[in-house]
Amino acid sequence: MNSILGYLHSNVTPGEAGNLFWVAVYVLLVFAGVSFGVMFMNWFERKVMAHMQVRVGPMRVGPHGLLQPIADALKLIIKEDLMPANADKIVFWFAPVCVVMTAFCSFIVVPFGRTHAITDMNIGVLFMLGVSSLGVLGVIMAGWASNSHYPLMGSLRSGAQMVSYEVAMCMTVVSAVMMTSMATGTGTMSMIGIVQAQLQQHTWFAFSFFPVGFTALGVFAIAMVAETNRAPFDLPEAESELVAGFLTEYSGFRWSLFFLAEYTGMMAVSSIATTLWLGGWLRPFPNWLGGRNWDLAFSLVPGLTFLLLASFCFFFYNRMPRIRAMRANAIGLAAFGAVIAIVGIVLLLPGVRERIQDIYWFTLKVGFFMYLYVWGRTTFPRYRFDQLMSIGWKVLFPISLAVVILTALIGVRQELFALVWR
Amino acid sequence: MPEGPEGNLPEPAPEKAPTTPAPAASAAAPAPKPVPLPWDCEMVQQLKAAYGDAILQAATFIGQNFLVVDRSICRQLLATLCQEHSYDRLTDLTAVHYPKDELPIEMVWILYSMSNNVRVRVKARFADGEEVPTLTDHWVGANWMEREVYDMFGVRFAGHPDLRRILLPDEWTGFPLRKDYALDKQDTDWVRKNLGIESGQ
Amino acid sequence: MSDNQFYESFEELQQSHPDLDSKELVLNMGPQHPSTHGVLRIILKLDGEKVNGLECVIGYLHRGIEKIAESRTWTQFAPFVDRLDYTAAVANNLGYCLTVEKLLGVEVPKRAQYIRVILTELARLASHQVWLGTHVLDIGAVTPLFYAFRDRETILNVFEKYCGARLTTHSFRIGGCRWDAYEGFSSEVLRICDDLLPKIDEYKNLITGNRIWLQRTKNVGCISAEDCLSFGITGPVLRGSGVAWDLRKAQPYSSYEDFEFDVPIGSAGDTFDRYVVRVEEMRQSIRIIRQAVEGLPEGPIIARVPKVIKPPVGEVYLSTEAPKGELGYFMVSDGTPQPYRLRVRPPSFINLQALEKMSKGGLVADVVAIIGTLDIVLGEVDR
Repeated sequence: MNSILGYLHSNVTPGEAGNLFWVAVYVLLVFAGVSFGVMFMNWFERKVMAHMQVRVGPMRVGPHGLLQPIADALKLIIKEDLMPANADKIVFWFAPVCVVMTAFCSFIVVPFGRTHAITDMNIGVLFMLGVSSLGVLGVIMAGWASNSHYPLMGSLRSGAQMVSYEVAMCMTVVSAVMMTSMATGTGTMSMIGIVQAQLQQHTWFAFSFFPVGFTALGVFAIAMVAETNRAPFDLPEAESELVAGFLTEYSGFRWSLFFLAEYTGMMAVSSIATTLWLGGWLRPFPNWLGGRNWDLAFSLVPGLTFLLLASFCFFFYNRMPRIRAMRANAIGLAAFGAVIAIVGIVLLLPGVRERIQDIYWFTLKVGFFMYLYVWGRTTFPRYRFDQLMSIGWKVLFPISLAVVILTALIGVRQELFALVWR
Repeated sequence: MPEGPEGNLPEPAPEKAPTTPAPAASAAAPAPKPVPLPWDCEMVQQLKAAYGDAILQAATFIGQNFLVVDRSICRQLLATLCQEHSYDRLTDLTAVHYPKDELPIEMVWILYSMSNNVRVRVKARFADGEEVPTLTDHWVGANWMEREVYDMFGVRFAGHPDLRRILLPDEWTGFPLRKDYALDKQDTDWVRKNLGIESGQ
Repeated sequence: MSDNQFYESFEELQQSHPDLDSKELVLNMGPQHPSTHGVLRIILKLDGEKVNGLECVIGYLHRGIEKIAESRTWTQFAPFVDRLDYTAAVANNLGYCLTVEKLLGVEVPKRAQYIRVILTELARLASHQVWLGTHVLDIGAVTPLFYAFRDRETILNVFEKYCGARLTTHSFRIGGCRWDAYEGFSSEVLRICDDLLPKIDEYKNLITGNRIWLQRTKNVGCISAEDCLSFGITGPVLRGSGVAWDLRKAQPYSSYEDFEFDVPIGSAGDTFDRYVVRVEEMRQSIRIIRQAVEGLPEGPIIARVPKVIKPPVGEVYLSTEAPKGELGYFMVSDGTPQPYRLRVRPPSFINLQALEKMSKGGLVADVVAIIGTLDIVLGEVDR
């Protein structure tokens, strides 16, 4: 009991503190949070895509389609579980499990705040990249086990694509890790350490060594879209060519596992991008606009955001047609707005707002990348496979190599100048 | 879709004369029915000089020129038209079935000259079961058109690289566009075997 | 050959050459497929991603229209032709009516001709918008489809107000038009023209400059002008290869000679050129519509045509420039109210023959792009 309560005063993550109870609690919280994020992303993607395509998206299930993801999840769970007759049963069963496990495992080291992570390994970034690479295995297993031409082609393509773009991703990660050593002289691969290095250096790494950091972020952003098989690199899932690629033979719950893994993977790589280049959980200008008053002002932002969302809900509630058929939806929207308002008020309370701040800013930045994902999917046509591979190897890889070299050169510029001018 | 052989008489509009029934219309002097008129031009004279009696008819009907030729020279004639008289495009290739005639299958080729912007129709009669020379070596596009004629009429083409049915299933028996194939007839064996139902016409 | 024969011969090949590392994969893009634009079956012989050979199997939508024609009267058959190229039914109708009118020797009044031109060009716009949305969707951009269909709705509204149907319109009759332009027709059509022109620029912004689009369509599915002529290809495919031939200019019908418009042509004969040609054709259609609406003469809308149409004995062939290519009707009349033989020269059927030539040597992903760029409608291919 003491250890449980004792942890509450610590300033490290439960993993570092060795507190198993709180580790378990945080695991459940992260799992729940990520799952909720996936459901939200499903709704968000459909709504944003629809609005970009001059239509409205789901409106019927729940007010403005808010209950749509739940309906979809229910439907998928109760669907008949089909397995092709000649499929390799064990591998067929294991493939979705593999991708989901690897996607969720990478969230072990994602820091939502200084103490808001399950644990902090000193090789955090390496761990995340390694575990997400294991997802490739799951994809290939899925294609193989389906025992059919289309899924096989799709999974091989997908595997090749993921492996190619990982190279560019890892190069840019190397450059970001190198930048962490600027202030202290020693770099760190720990996710929390990287954010603290950005805090120490008074800059998000996206803006350091401008434009090198920005280029690194750009290359990582493109590579992460290809890594997660999203448009414009979604040829393996291309409906118009191979039906659904390696997902063709999967239906029902197994399909939903793949889909869950895809969104989770998207959030995981977005988390890496946020942590490495956008300052992780740091609020804007923690050093320049430092001090108690600014801290107070910024800590009010989460609560105010929720109150703003609640006001949107009430605005749309007022616009709902007052007919009997829409009554349930209207009441639902009003109730939803009320819940959001309550959450907003709770977030304004002094005890809560300091603790929530970090999580809020982190989620906001990850949400920005999610919006970029959806925007890219709506706008761009699909790359053909050979063009995709040539971009990964002939464009992104050299650029990322150049970024690494430039980072290194700029990093040791003082020593270099001394060497040159001696 | 209207039932019965109704004409398309318009509603009487204010500015138009009211519609008159057919007998009254024919009270006015009827226009003479068009007939094929003989077609003579330099090209026709050259062809007649080259092929003589094998050119059975060279005529114009409603401003459209056509040649009726004997089946033995149709291939050379088409080649000549293509190479020497610049009818370099094959617009269409089809057949018509006249079951009561001695040579029931009439092949129709419609050629077009891009440089002169004129069309000509070449027709030749063939016997049932006789092989018609193919045009796939002159025009690649004739491939599918001849396959369709085979599919619909049963006309075989000598020298065609890949003569098989195109619109109907491969194992279908019967050639639908022939006049002895009823409108509601189906290959009931094929339907029973492949669709598992009784042909329901 | 049937399925079994195909696979048997492949297995024979493998058995007779056991040392042959046959890497060829036979892939079936079956009749149900999201991007074959209808029920088209394609059997691909692939070497990895490269297409070694391709075979089209068609006939899934064969309805025996030519046989049906022989037991309907000339007037009764007119609604059937809408079902051929159902994305631009008005153009099919126009061709049919013009051919029968030529056989009868009927002179269509000027007002009817202008109304026909307006509706046919609107149909060309609608057909090209369907093509644009679906072609771009196959290549992966999901958004222009919705924009194209949103704009097509305004055109379909005009059709509905004119003749009651949006898609299979049967808008014309033999001798002219069935209905006069309804009240507000001119202003509505002009408004469509004004709204559509900036929207075409919108499509251009979203697609034409997009480097991914350029990479997917440049040098994909090239076909030379000689090959086009040898295959008998017509329409935007021919014009994309550089041959400036448009039946509206070469053999004008239904007052097209009164209007001023350009015929866009491409140069390389690849997918991108055909795309540019069709988008430019949409602009020219708007131009024609504006001229027709502004110059719409007064007068009767239908000529005197007998109640029972009995054309003189003889044959006629007339073709028009449908959105897909040269749509021709070959009619054989024996003096009775029913056609003796009615042949439709389908542009999509003849253009589809070139699919193998255009795809060979390319990649699988390009096959889908090439089917889209040929702009086939299975209703016309199979009849």
